[in-house]
Amino acid sequence: MASTGSVADQEGQVMLLGFWFSPFVKRVEWALKFKGIEYDYVEEDLTNKSTLLLNSNPIHKKVPVLIHNGNPIAESLVIIEYIDETWKKNPILPQDPYDRAMARFWANFIEQKVTESTREALVSQGEQQEKKVKELKEAMEVVEGEAKAKLNDKTLFFGGGNGVGYVDFVLGWTCNWMETIEEVGGFKVLDPANQPHFHKWMANFREVSFVKATLAPKEKLVEYFRIVRQARLGLLLPYIRESSAKARSRNPESKQHHPESKNYHACVVVC
Amino acid sequence: MAEEEVKLFGTWASPFSRRIEVALKLKGVQYEYIEENLTNKSPALLNYNPVHKQIPVLVHNGKPVAESFVIMEYVDETWKHNPILPTDPYEKAMARFWAKYIDDKLWPAAKKVVMTKGEEQKGVIDEIQQQMKNLEGELKEKKFFGGESLGFLDIAANIIIWLVVAQEALGMDPILNEEKLPVLHGWLQRLLDDAVFKECVPPKQRHLDFSKVKFGSSIASK
Repeated sequence: MASTGSVADQEGQVMLLGFWFSPFVKRVEWALKFKGIEYDYVEEDLTNKSTLLLNSNPIHKKVPVLIHNGNPIAESLVIIEYIDETWKKNPILPQDPYDRAMARFWANFIEQKVTESTREALVSQGEQQEKKVKELKEAMEVVEGEAKAKLNDKTLFFGGGNGVGYVDFVLGWTCNWMETIEEVGGFKVLDPANQPHFHKWMANFREVSFVKATLAPKEKLVEYFRIVRQARLGLLLPYIRESSAKARSRNPESKQHHPESKNYHACVVVC
Repeated sequence: MAEEEVKLFGTWASPFSRRIEVALKLKGVQYEYIEENLTNKSPALLNYNPVHKQIPVLVHNGKPVAESFVIMEYVDETWKHNPILPTDPYEKAMARFWAKYIDDKLWPAAKKVVMTKGEEQKGVIDEIQQQMKNLEGELKEKKFFGGESLGFLDIAANIIIWLVVAQEALGMDPILNEEKLPVLHGWLQRLLDDAVFKECVPPKQRHLDFSKVKFGSSIASK
């Protein structure tokens, strides 16, 4: 990418430690691309975390971690606010304190009620899952209400008249990951008939150039989420044994460690 | 100076609304305090925070803000003197990171430790000890997390007082003791000595009695 005005704001090396699967990492990438910030991306192997990751985020040992001039920052929302305050071009949060408070309020709501509930619905079943799905549906009603109140033909995004903003980045994972999680988890919250404004927002967000360019292919996500769900439900070991047995029967000579067990560890570690 | 109308909806025993009291007092902002009864929430509260129906809510010239960290940042950005957050973006990020850690990890563990017994409780005690050691790593040699004067993270860490009082009310060995956690223990004494902060904690005896009632029965019934 060609050098942009943002480099003048803050000289220095920017590195992002990430994992292709993670919506939290994606948010940070969107924020960096939106600002035109040059950065080095490091794909972590979550089954074998780098010393850099463990030193940069010793508390949580998770991605994303942004390292700027050697200083590490963890937690996607904290990182995005840091990016916004360090590189002033293309503001992500509004300028007015009250508008900023509203953006932060909605970001918190999305994290607690949509993101967390979706994660919990993915890794649960039966009554526990029903409870989480019900909570998620209620949260989506609130999101639809906000979309209906704030968005129209001239205002496509929660960022307001100027385009995408903080809330769009925080909610953005739904435009690609939600459908996949529903399929793997065996539940349904997306409802185009009853969530027309939210669905319109998702369609518009998907088309934003830097979002479109970074969405992971559905089949890959499905495979990964399936492993996550099975790992958390304690169903994975039989699945691995079955897959390994099938692989061995196809190629009895192979001593290769089955790749799926690597994914198992990654998922247990990630989730 | 323009007419400012500032209201705070809270409860005397909530660390979250107490946080806002500290922030407003540090800034010298005049406000009207409304004590809510959480078993019978006022129409005003339900109107100002329809999404969560919770305290604290700050209402500034008729416009409501909810969620304690969101409110604190709003207060800091609206009344710019005596800053609560650091001005440097990196230090600000650190304050936010640790404040989130406190609410996401320490607070749930604190609630759990007074509701469990035996081996399970011991596990949570170990967890909290580690969390507090981590916080000591952030505090280091400083007087407060905010430096010479108390700031965002000191205010966020007020929930530690609620844990200390709950443990005392239940006759538990305090996790935050001078021997094992000298740095954090020292910080807590300084916090409770601070002229502004000490106005914003529940009266000790009343808080002890409240904790005894709230947590004592849940342990007895197990």
